[in-house]
Amino acid sequence: MKEIAIVGFKQSDSVSDAGAVNEVEMIMPVLSSVFQQVGINNAQDVGFVCSGSCDYLQGAAFAFVAGVDALGAVPPIKESHVEMDAAWALYESILKIRMGHAESALIYGFGKSSPGELPIVMSQQLDPYYLAPLWVDSISLAALQARLMLDQGLITERDMAEVVSRSRRNAMNNPHAQLAGDVAPDDVLAEEMYLSPLRKADICPVSDGASAMIIATVDKAKEWGVPYAIISGIDHRIETHNLGMRDLTDSVSTRTAAKRAGMDAGKVEVAELYAPFSHQEIILSRALGLGDETRINPSGGVLAGNLMMASGLSRIGEVFNRIVSGEVQRGIAHATSGPCLQHNLVTVLEKA
Amino acid sequence: MSQPDVLNQAFELGYTYTRSTGPVIGRFLTELRNRNIVGIKASDGRVVVPPMEYDPNTAEELSEFVEVGQQGEVVSFAWVKEPREAHPMDVPFAWAMIKLDGADVPMIHCVAAASEDAIATGARVQVVWADETIGYMTDIRCFELV
Repeated sequence: MKEIAIVGFKQSDSVSDAGAVNEVEMIMPVLSSVFQQVGINNAQDVGFVCSGSCDYLQGAAFAFVAGVDALGAVPPIKESHVEMDAAWALYESILKIRMGHAESALIYGFGKSSPGELPIVMSQQLDPYYLAPLWVDSISLAALQARLMLDQGLITERDMAEVVSRSRRNAMNNPHAQLAGDVAPDDVLAEEMYLSPLRKADICPVSDGASAMIIATVDKAKEWGVPYAIISGIDHRIETHNLGMRDLTDSVSTRTAAKRAGMDAGKVEVAELYAPFSHQEIILSRALGLGDETRINPSGGVLAGNLMMASGLSRIGEVFNRIVSGEVQRGIAHATSGPCLQHNLVTVLEKA
Repeated sequence: MSQPDVLNQAFELGYTYTRSTGPVIGRFLTELRNRNIVGIKASDGRVVVPPMEYDPNTAEELSEFVEVGQQGEVVSFAWVKEPREAHPMDVPFAWAMIKLDGADVPMIHCVAAASEDAIATGARVQVVWADETIGYMTDIRCFELV
C-alpha cells in the first residue's frame, strides 16, 4: 500500500467574531499558505480537493459550494465535500489516493459560527423526532455527561479545572489561540456555574476560522522536496445516536479507532485531542490509555479556540508541525463529531 | 410597443410532500397523543424509551412494544439558569436523563423545578402533558418533581 504523508498545514487565527470577513475570505489565506509551503501554485497542482463544512452554520442549503470560489476551479478540478469536520475530508482524500485516483490532495475546513447561536444550531443535528424538537443544546448535553462522571466519582470539579488551566497555559505558546493565559485551577473553580455542573471555562469558545492541509504519496512528497510526516494509520468509529444507550462516561469508539489505526505500535509522545468540554479530555485520554509519557494538547486544544469543521483537521496539523520541527517523532490526533463524543477519528503520525 | 403584463404566480415556500414516521416512531408518537408512553425491547431485552427502529448493537429490527410508566427517576441533570429563546421553558429549568418506570434506558427531556437545589440525581419525576396532544415529542410538555 502506498505510504501517504502530510506536506503542508496552516490554521488561521481562532477569533470570536470575524466580522464582515466571509467564508471564502477566511479560506483563501490558509490555502495560499499551504500552496507556498509545498511550492505549488493553486488547486490545479493537486490531484484531488476535499473540504469539510456545515451548511447549518451558514443557514443555507449547499452553502459549501460557495467555498469552492476560494479554489479557482476552472479548468475543472476533482473536488468533493463532507458535511463534517475536515478531518473526515482528510479520510476521504486518503481513500482517494489509496485507490490510485490521485497522488496528492488539498484538504480544507472552515466555519464561521459567530453569526448564529451555535449550541442551538447544533441541537438540529440530533434525532429529528425525539430530540431536535426539544432544542436541547450541545452544552446542556455535555453537562448531563459531566454530571454522570461527577456522580460516579470518576472525576472531580478540580480535575476539570486542571484541564482548563493546562489548556490556557499551553495556549500561551499558540499564536492562533483565542483563549490563553496563566490561569490556575483555583481561578477556574472560583468561577460561578454557567450550566451546572459546567462553568464557562469548561466549555470551548465559539470561534471563526479555517485550516488547510496538503497530503501526498511519499514519492510525490520527495518530488516536491519538502519536509513531511507519515500518516501511518487512520480510523473512525461511531456510536449510536441514542444517548441513553451509550456509556457516556467512556469513549468506546475512540478506543476502537485508535486500536485500528495502530496507536499501540509505538510510543505516543504527543496527543492532540478534540475535547470541546474539559471533562471530555479526561474521557478521551482514559479511553486511549494515555500516560505520563504523552503530552496532551500542547497547543491548548479546542478549549483555547474551536473552529467548527476545521479543529479536527487542525489537531492532525498540530501533530504534523511538531514532527517536522523535530520536537517529537510520533504522535496521535483525535477528531470528534456529534453530541457527547459520538463519532471519533484517530490518526497516527510518524517521522519520515 | 407596450410592455407585456408581468406574469405572476403565487408561491408558497414549503414541502410538497408529507413524511411518514413509520411503524415504530409513528406508534410512539401516536401513543403520546393518547397520553401513553411506550418503549421497545432491544435485542438484549432492555426496554428502550423512546423506541428505536433497530438495535444499535445487533442491527436487529425491533418490534416488541412495552408500555412504560409516566413516572421515573433522574439519572443525570443539567441546570439551565439562563434559558435560551428556543428552549421549551422560559424560566430556569433542568435538562435530565430520565429512566421511566419499566424502562432500562434513560430518555432526555426537561424538568420543571423551582431551583437547582430542588432537583438531584435519583429524584422522582412525572410527566406533565401538554394541554393539547398532537402526536409530537412536545406532547410531553415537561416532567415535574413528584
